[in-house]
Amino acid sequence: MIEQALADLTSENAETRSAAVAILIEKGDASLIPKLDEIRATADRAVRQAIKPVVDLLKNRANLSSELPDYRRSAASDIASTGRREAIAWLQAAAAKEEVWWVRYTMEESANLLELRSGDPSAKLAAVKKLGELRSQNSVTLLQELIDAGKLAEATDEQKSLASTAMASVSQIEAWSTKANIIETIFRGISLSSILLIMSLGLAIVFGLMGVINMAHGELMMIGAYATFITQQAFIAWLPPESFDWYFPVSLPLAFLASFGAGWLLEATVIRFLYGRLLETLLATWGVSLILMQSARVYFGDLTAVIAPQSLRGGAQVMVGVYLPYNRIFIIILSIVCVVGIYYMLFRSNLGMRVRAVTQNRNMSACLGIPTRKVDSYTFAFASGLAGIAGWALTMVGNVDPGLGQNYIVDAFMVVVTGGVGKLAGTIWASLGIGGLNKVIEPFTGAVYGKVFILVGVILFLQWRPSGLFAAKGRSADA
Amino acid sequence: MPEQIQPQQDSRETLSFYVVGAVFLIVMPLLNMLPAEDSWLHLSDFRLNQFGKFLCFAILALGLDLTWGYCGVLSMGQGVFFGFGAYCMGMYLALQIGKESVYGSELPDFMVWTQVKELPFFWYPFKSFWGGLLGAILVPVIFATIFGFLAFRSRIKGVYFAIITQALAFAAWLVFNRNETRLGGTNGLTDFKQVLGFRLSDPSTQLGLYILTVLALIASFLLCRWIVASRAGKVLIAIRDSESRVTFSGYTPWVYKLFVFVVAAGLAGLAGMLYVPQVGIITPAQIGVLPSLEVVIWVAVGGRGTLIGAVLGAVVVNFGRSVLTNYFPEAWPFILGGLFVVVVTMFPDGLVGIIRKFFAGGPPAAGLAMPKPQTQGGR
Repeated sequence: MIEQALADLTSENAETRSAAVAILIEKGDASLIPKLDEIRATADRAVRQAIKPVVDLLKNRANLSSELPDYRRSAASDIASTGRREAIAWLQAAAAKEEVWWVRYTMEESANLLELRSGDPSAKLAAVKKLGELRSQNSVTLLQELIDAGKLAEATDEQKSLASTAMASVSQIEAWSTKANIIETIFRGISLSSILLIMSLGLAIVFGLMGVINMAHGELMMIGAYATFITQQAFIAWLPPESFDWYFPVSLPLAFLASFGAGWLLEATVIRFLYGRLLETLLATWGVSLILMQSARVYFGDLTAVIAPQSLRGGAQVMVGVYLPYNRIFIIILSIVCVVGIYYMLFRSNLGMRVRAVTQNRNMSACLGIPTRKVDSYTFAFASGLAGIAGWALTMVGNVDPGLGQNYIVDAFMVVVTGGVGKLAGTIWASLGIGGLNKVIEPFTGAVYGKVFILVGVILFLQWRPSGLFAAKGRSADA
Repeated sequence: MPEQIQPQQDSRETLSFYVVGAVFLIVMPLLNMLPAEDSWLHLSDFRLNQFGKFLCFAILALGLDLTWGYCGVLSMGQGVFFGFGAYCMGMYLALQIGKESVYGSELPDFMVWTQVKELPFFWYPFKSFWGGLLGAILVPVIFATIFGFLAFRSRIKGVYFAIITQALAFAAWLVFNRNETRLGGTNGLTDFKQVLGFRLSDPSTQLGLYILTVLALIASFLLCRWIVASRAGKVLIAIRDSESRVTFSGYTPWVYKLFVFVVAAGLAGLAGMLYVPQVGIITPAQIGVLPSLEVVIWVAVGGRGTLIGAVLGAVVVNFGRSVLTNYFPEAWPFILGGLFVVVVTMFPDGLVGIIRKFFAGGPPAAGLAMPKPQTQGGR
């Protein structure tokens, strides 16, 4: 029978062809695909058009039982757009066996969408109700059509009752999507905040503890990002492809060390002549940042990208309409780890105690035998290393290019200024505030005016708190 | 209390000012006009026009020197005020193109591309020359007054102020790049034809603009010197060296700071206004973070805290740039970055400091003494 249908496919008669298509869809399976492709390669246009949906449907049907949930899910959502009733049974069968809720959700949604397109009136009514319960965003256009059809003067009673059910479903869906939007906005805000935080931490340490404005901080991040890029290239060049994903963890210490080394060098050659002169450090490090940026431009060219490792691609569907990319989650976790690490370093370790001692009273510390020069250079290098980690993380969310540091440095400084100098808590709260506010107003104003609003907001905030959220108090406040 | 001026230093600066002014005002135009085209003494129209541009930058630098060199207020957003002035003049010039534009429309070309049918309301004042002239000064002054009032009254100072102004430059750059602000977007305003009936392509118009620029620079210089030599100028220097002590002496530092900041913004607007007809284009690239910082490096190279230093720095750095970018286009950022580092760490008094040391015996650089590293707070 299948053989016959395959032969019929190339028939001149359109009716024979569509009968053959129906048979193939019902009885066929993925093993037919090579044969169909063969026919497709030689047949004329009309036949090719007839075969295409068959092949797609059979492929998707095979994919419904694939091992990867993402494949199963996309197969289910593709089937919904074909509009063939035969597929409803497959989807229901697959949904019954499905264990991943999100995939099962898509299967049910697709089945009901198909029902809505082609079913008889009672099945349609059930599908409309079910889609409302599923909060299916994809069905809103179809439901809207039903509502419009019910409004027409010649609408039957059946259409009217369908329309009123559809209306209830749409309002159900919309209420849900508002909720989902709020949750996604909060997530995006936290995600941006964590990026800001991870960038500003090193800046805040150098500014708050050492009294140095490091305008080259962005370029130290760039060095970390390029270290990640180079590690990736080395993995591609010299190691077998299976081990490719290992480049990411391997490049973390390398990025830290590269920026640590660069920071150490910067402190030894430039910064140490400028302690106590804030504005001068700002200018000199700007010069350094120009040089570093141009070096990267000359050496690496303008655009290079790091490919995310397999485990950080994609995202988690936590509920209907809320999708959280793994790379963002990863950065949120990383920023928390960094904050904890820095707190431990500053308040629990020996080095941290020395750093705080030197900050409070340099001369007294020196008298007590603390090598203040060494503490300076370690602190600066450590903060630079943090910039390296930030650069490493940023490769997950954007390109690696010479302007990487410049894109973020202004934001990072806004965070430090708003947070106030000397307390890390200020940096944390400020990045949460600025990141969150940015994502809340962005939908209304667009990205550019969002930034302008943030600037105005920061200036107005500083009216109220001139030295930031957590101001330094006492004698050193005026330095 | 009698005015305390360092007479010796002042006379030297005045002398060098007269020499420099005479060179720019009289010698250079003469070199442009008198010698034959092929003589080595001849100054080409191109070079003269280039110097006109540098002198505009010198006016911009004077303003920054007043705030930073004398009052210790580092503004990293001078490019914004310069841009305001330049755009105001540019809008006037753009409307003067009239029917000569590529599309033969009364509207500037970019409006034709972007489907703007009617002149936006804020363009109307710039139909007249006086609108452009007043706008170029008043817009930056008013903006600086509001911004400065908010910033200084709440005692945002030092580095905080520098960072805020940098963010301002960044934000302004973003906004000017947008098409819907109706200012030409990324392409800016260009293709100007005439000012007050004079053709801009005519060498004699350019010579006239050059001389106007020199006169404006001299006037700005005298204004700055008058401010610096006045009693208010003494307060400015005192604020730079120790703001708290000035406060404790019963002054209100923020009023003085606001005053110099506004003057500097006005000078920046003036510079921008003169820049546009000579260079023939203004784009957002002149406004951003980097152009604003270059002003800082001019002043630092020339020697902050001396007015002549600002002029010298602006001319020398820009001349060096125009020569070097000819031969090594990729090297300029390295040189600029290197200048930042070297000047800040090794020659804090800039060229003027070096010259003074060379003619040692003069007074120890009085007006421009660097704020000494403060030893409070354990550092």
